[in-house]
Amino acid sequence: MDPAALRLSLWLATLTTALLVLLGVPLAHWLATSRFRLRFVVEAVVALPLVLPPTVLGFYLLVALAPRTPAGRAWEALAGRPFPFSFQGLLVASVLYSLPFAVQPIAAAFAAVDPRLVEASHTLGISRIATFFRVSIPLAWHGIVSGAVLAFAHTLGEFGVVLMVGGNVPGETRTLSIAIFDHVEALEYAAANRTAAFLLAVSFAVLVVVYAVQRRPLAWNAR
Amino acid sequence: MERALTFDLERRYRGGPVVRARASLPLDEGRVTVLFGPSGAGKTTVLRALAGLDRPDAGTIAYAGEPWLDVARGVCLSPQRRRAGFLSQEPALFPHLDVAGNVGYGLSGAPRGGRAARVRELAARLRIDPLLARRPSELSGGERQRVALARALAPRPRLLLLDEPLSALDAPTRDALRGELRALLEAAEVPSIVVTHDRAEALALGDRMLVLVAGTIRQAGPVHEVFSAPADVDVARTVGTENVLPARIVAREAGLAVVEASGLRLTGMDPGGAVAEAYACVRAEEIVLEEAPGHPSSARNLVAGVVAAVADEGTLVRVALDCGGARLVALVTRRSAGVLGLAPGRRVAAAVKAPAVRIVPRVPAAPDAASGGAGAGDRGPPPAPEF
Repeated sequence: MDPAALRLSLWLATLTTALLVLLGVPLAHWLATSRFRLRFVVEAVVALPLVLPPTVLGFYLLVALAPRTPAGRAWEALAGRPFPFSFQGLLVASVLYSLPFAVQPIAAAFAAVDPRLVEASHTLGISRIATFFRVSIPLAWHGIVSGAVLAFAHTLGEFGVVLMVGGNVPGETRTLSIAIFDHVEALEYAAANRTAAFLLAVSFAVLVVVYAVQRRPLAWNAR
Repeated sequence: MERALTFDLERRYRGGPVVRARASLPLDEGRVTVLFGPSGAGKTTVLRALAGLDRPDAGTIAYAGEPWLDVARGVCLSPQRRRAGFLSQEPALFPHLDVAGNVGYGLSGAPRGGRAARVRELAARLRIDPLLARRPSELSGGERQRVALARALAPRPRLLLLDEPLSALDAPTRDALRGELRALLEAAEVPSIVVTHDRAEALALGDRMLVLVAGTIRQAGPVHEVFSAPADVDVARTVGTENVLPARIVAREAGLAVVEASGLRLTGMDPGGAVAEAYACVRAEEIVLEEAPGHPSSARNLVAGVVAAVADEGTLVRVALDCGGARLVALVTRRSAGVLGLAPGRRVAAAVKAPAVRIVPRVPAAPDAASGGAGAGDRGPPPAPEF
């Protein structure tokens, strides 16, 4: 197995997951509790990566952030290098691509929090933001864990987006799934098998964790 | 000026009913106002609007002159700033916290020592000290409701709102907690509003009462007065019990209790418990009018009286009787009224079977809340403008 590719994949998945939890928890809470009339449009946008071919997502990201566009220039000013074939670019693409995997379980968990508990907290004088941290988050904890684990696993295995946005730069954008592709192209089936088996085992373990967390939620969620 | 909670609310439900409630309640500590009405009358709507959990379409709420809501001026105080404790029908305890964590939840701003002391104080008062380390899922229904009450009282609310606090409990627990709740609310020294559709609950808990029918407050006044003198037919139908007499249990025997109520001796079903103060309640249609007494009857209660007034209500005739110190209201058919020749001044006997006399025990209230008509006059003007 290519150690640089493994390190890169784990690092990418970790950062993507961290960003998705930071962005996804407030977004999911908003989706679960908002009475905004056009909420369904936002829901559709969040769910888009589920049905969109990764190549389409990658293609439009490349077009939008191409070095000569205003967005591309802004990106370069911020990141210090062009968007395509960079790790930072890959990170942004991964966050977008795994968004529904993180947001949907978290939103479902927030929606399952009894609104009377939130109201009780408000009538006890606790602010909205404090109620969010003291009631909603603890009660939606299993959803946040599920969302994070799914986002991590999904990022670990992504291929199309990586190839479109990142290409195949060793140590920069060459992730495990790209490495497998390379091995197969070079007819190195034994090496491909080692990496593929590793990804298979990780994916299976992740799903076992997710279903275990959802099946046996922490005691207080059993109502 | 007297401290009062005044509200004038309108809430329109799309394609549904409109709730328009207007009232003014004196804010006396430890006094309980019952918001009474059938299901769907809008009781919970009013209570949630007072708590700040729902925003009415129009109207105002003022607490002792402080505006809580003024839709026209865009004022709507958050529930946090109203500091009104709210107890929902099903006690919504935080499942991830133990009982102590629940009771102390609203005290997060207080210093740690003060918080612990307040939790202990309330636990003792509500007799939940042995439960402090337990989770809500390990509590019985009655225990949960006690914990919810302790939690609501902990941050010292300015007003306590209770939405059918006993309705989720089984009957024995409900009966046991009813009397206790009254004593607790009084001891809490917070003005409270209790929503209920249960007559016994209204009588046992309330000092005064607002009757809500089809989205409108139709009558307001001391509880037994509202019960014994409904303002109109709808209120009478809603409260159901026309005769509510402050009474005292003087004897108990074989499941029956004898009460003395305004000079009358009535036998009814023994409600149990050790409390002697009670209300004797008889529905008007349970009273049979007969010629003056003398013949044998299976009815345990036979009271002589004089017809004071007769009011025609269509098929039925409402007859008011003077029976010594008490006044009874009976509903008889127009035909019977004709046969008996009921008219003011006619002497008759009122017969009531013991099972029709409902005795509702009442924890004695503090002196100025004493039952009886006199209590109403010295508490200032009638509570509601529509009265």
